[in-house]
Amino acid sequence: MTGDHQTLALVLFSAFIAVTLAITTWVSRNRRGSAEEFYAGGRLFSPMENGFAIAGDYMSAASFLGISGLIALYGYDGMLYSVGFLVAWLVVLFLVAELVRNCGRFTLADVVASRMSERPVRIAAGTSSVAVSVLYLVAQMVGAGSLVALLLGGTSEAARSWTVIGVGALMVVYVSMGGMRATTWIQIVKAVLLMAGATALTVLVLVRFHGDVNQLLDSAAAQSGHGKDFLSPGLRYGTDWTARLDFISLGLALVLGTAGLPHILSRFYTVPTARAARRSVVWSIGLIGSFYLMTIVLGFGAAAILGTDEVRSSNAAGNTAVPLLALDLGGGAGSTGGTVLFAVVAAVAFATILAVVAGITLASSASVAHDLYASLRRRRGKGYSEVAVARVAAAVIGAAAIALGLLARDLNVAFLVGLAFAVAASANLPVLLYSLFWRNFTTRGAVWSVYGGLVPAVLLVVLSPVASGSPEALFPELDFQLFPLQNPGLVSIPLGFLAGWLGTVTSSEAPDEARHAETEVRALTGAGAV
Amino acid sequence: MEKQQDRDDGAVRIDDPWYDALASGWGEPGGADETAPPAPPAAGAGGHRHRASDIYLEVHRSAAFQEVRSRYRRFVVPATTAFFIWYVAYVITATAAPALMARPVIGAVNVAMVAGLGQFLSTFLLTWAYARHARLRRDRAALDLRWAVFDRTRDAQPALGDDGGKAEPAEGLPLPRQADAARENER
Repeated sequence: MTGDHQTLALVLFSAFIAVTLAITTWVSRNRRGSAEEFYAGGRLFSPMENGFAIAGDYMSAASFLGISGLIALYGYDGMLYSVGFLVAWLVVLFLVAELVRNCGRFTLADVVASRMSERPVRIAAGTSSVAVSVLYLVAQMVGAGSLVALLLGGTSEAARSWTVIGVGALMVVYVSMGGMRATTWIQIVKAVLLMAGATALTVLVLVRFHGDVNQLLDSAAAQSGHGKDFLSPGLRYGTDWTARLDFISLGLALVLGTAGLPHILSRFYTVPTARAARRSVVWSIGLIGSFYLMTIVLGFGAAAILGTDEVRSSNAAGNTAVPLLALDLGGGAGSTGGTVLFAVVAAVAFATILAVVAGITLASSASVAHDLYASLRRRRGKGYSEVAVARVAAAVIGAAAIALGLLARDLNVAFLVGLAFAVAASANLPVLLYSLFWRNFTTRGAVWSVYGGLVPAVLLVVLSPVASGSPEALFPELDFQLFPLQNPGLVSIPLGFLAGWLGTVTSSEAPDEARHAETEVRALTGAGAV
Repeated sequence: MEKQQDRDDGAVRIDDPWYDALASGWGEPGGADETAPPAPPAAGAGGHRHRASDIYLEVHRSAAFQEVRSRYRRFVVPATTAFFIWYVAYVITATAAPALMARPVIGAVNVAMVAGLGQFLSTFLLTWAYARHARLRRDRAALDLRWAVFDRTRDAQPALGDDGGKAEPAEGLPLPRQADAARENER
C-alpha cells in the first residue's frame, strides 16, 4: 500500500469532520437549554428528512463493513443478516412507530411510564436502554478501530486506540453541543454519502461482470474456495446444531430487536405527528432495503474479485472487505482511481461510524438524564437542569464506550451488533408491546419484563463462548463458559415476555382501566400528543 | 424558502392546535370514514384530572374509536403474523434444510437466493400496503377523534380553552382539519 490513498482519505476524513462540526456550531447557536430542542430537535423535521436520518442512524459501519465482509467470507450465511435487518422494520412500522410517537415525549420509558407507577418503570427502562446503547456503541468503536488500522497500513495498536478515542471525543462534542438537531443533520449527510458510495461501488461491481449477476455469483463461488456451497446457507451456521440454533437465535434478535433500540425510537419524536413518523419509516425502509440489497452485491463482489483468502488475510473478521474491493475496482493499489475510491469508501465508513455513534450517544444520554436522573434526583436533594445532566452523561457514556471498544477490538462488528439487538429485543420490546396492547398490564409486570429480559440476556452473553472458553473470546485465557450459543436471543426474548406476563398475573395491583383507555386512545388518535 | 415556510407553519400549529390550514387537500379517494362523534361527556364529573380521564374513557368506548382500533388491528394482526411466520420459516429452513435451499433454480441462482430476495420483496410490498391502508382507512377518523378529545378537554378545563375567540365547531359538524395532515396529503 502506498501513502497516497492514506493521505487522501485523511483529507476526506478531515473535511467530513470540519463540515459536521460546522453543522454542530451552526445549529446550536442560540439554542441552549430546552429539553424539547436537545432531545427532539424541536420536533419539526419533515418525514423525508427524518427518513434519511433514520436510515443514517441504522445503517451502521457494522452493515457496510461487517455484513459485506461476512458475505465475502461465508457467502449466503452473511446475507441472512441483511434480511433480518430489513424485515425488522415491519415490526417498527406496524406496531411501534406511530404509537410511540403519540404516547411518548423523548424516550422509551415515557411510553411505559404513562400507564404505570412512574419511578420503578423509568429506572428499569432507562437502565436497559443504556445497556443496549453501550453494547451498540462498542460495536461501532470496534469498526472505527479496524477501519483506521487498515487505512494507516498496518495494525498498529496505538493508531487503533487513538482512533477509538478520537471518535469517542468527536461524538461527545457533537452530541453535547448540538443535541438532536446537529445529530440529525449529521445522519442525513451521512445517509446521502453512504447511499452514494454504496451505489457507485455496486455499479462498478456489476459493470465488472457486464451486468451478469449469474457470472458474478459463479466467480464468487469459484474464488471463495467453497464452490457451490458458497451460494447456499450452511458455511458459517450449518456445521452443527449449536451453530444452527445460534443462527436462529440471531435471526430472532435481529427481527425483534430493531423496535427496541432506543436511538431508533427517539427518532420518531423529531417529527410533528404520528402520520409523519409513519411516512419517515416508509422512507427509511426504501433506503435501508436498497442499501442491504447493495451490500449483498458488494459482499459477493468482494469474494469474486478479491477472493475470500485475501479478505481474510487483511482482517480475520472480514471488516475490511469493502475498502479493499474499492481499491481493486478503481484500478488497484497505486493507481489514481484506486486511491480515490479507497479514500472515498474509507471516509464514508468513517462518516457512518460518527453519525451512528452520535445518535446512540444522544439516545442513551436522554435515558440517563430524562429517565434515570429524573427518577433518582429527589433523594440527592440539589438538582441540575436535565439538559446539563444529559450533556455530562454523553461524556461519561463516551468514555465507557471507548474503554469497552478497546477491549473488544477483535470481534466482528456485525456480530457485536447482533448482541445489542438481542438485549434490545429481550428487555425493551416486551415491555413496549405489553404497555401498548395489553389491557391488564401492571407496574410490576413492566418492571419484571425489563429485568426478566435484560438480566438473562447479559448473563447469557457473559456465560457464552463470546466471553470465555474459546480462542476468539474476550478473555481467551479464562473459561467460565456454560451457555453454548453466542447469541442469547432464543432464550432471553421469550424470558422477557414470560417475565412480563408473570409479573402482571401475580401482581396485587388492579389494572387501571382509565389509564389503559387513555393510552389506547392517545396511541391510535394522537390526542394529547406533544 | 417554501420549506422554511412549512416549518414555521408547523411551529404555529404545535403551539396552537386550532391553527387552521385551508380546508382543501383531503383529496383521499375512499375516505368515507364518517365517524360519529363520541357521546357527550357526562355532566358534573369531579376535578379536572378526573374529567380528563373520563373523556378518554368515553372516547375509548365510542363506536368511532372502536372502529379505528378494529381497522388497525384487522390489518396489523394478520400482516404481522404472516411476515413473522414467513421470516421464521425462512431462517429455520436456511439453517435446518440447507440441501433444499441449495437446489438450483436458474443458473447460479438457487432456492436460497430466491427466498432471500423474496423477503426483501415481501417487506417492500407490506410497507406499501400498510401505508396505503393507514392513509385511506384510519387517518381521517383518527384525526376527527383527536379533535373530539381536544374539544372536550378544553370544555372541561376552561383555562386552556381561551384561544382568542375562535369559533367552536358544533357537535356533529365536520371538524377542523389539521394543518400537517392537509399539507402532507398535498405532497
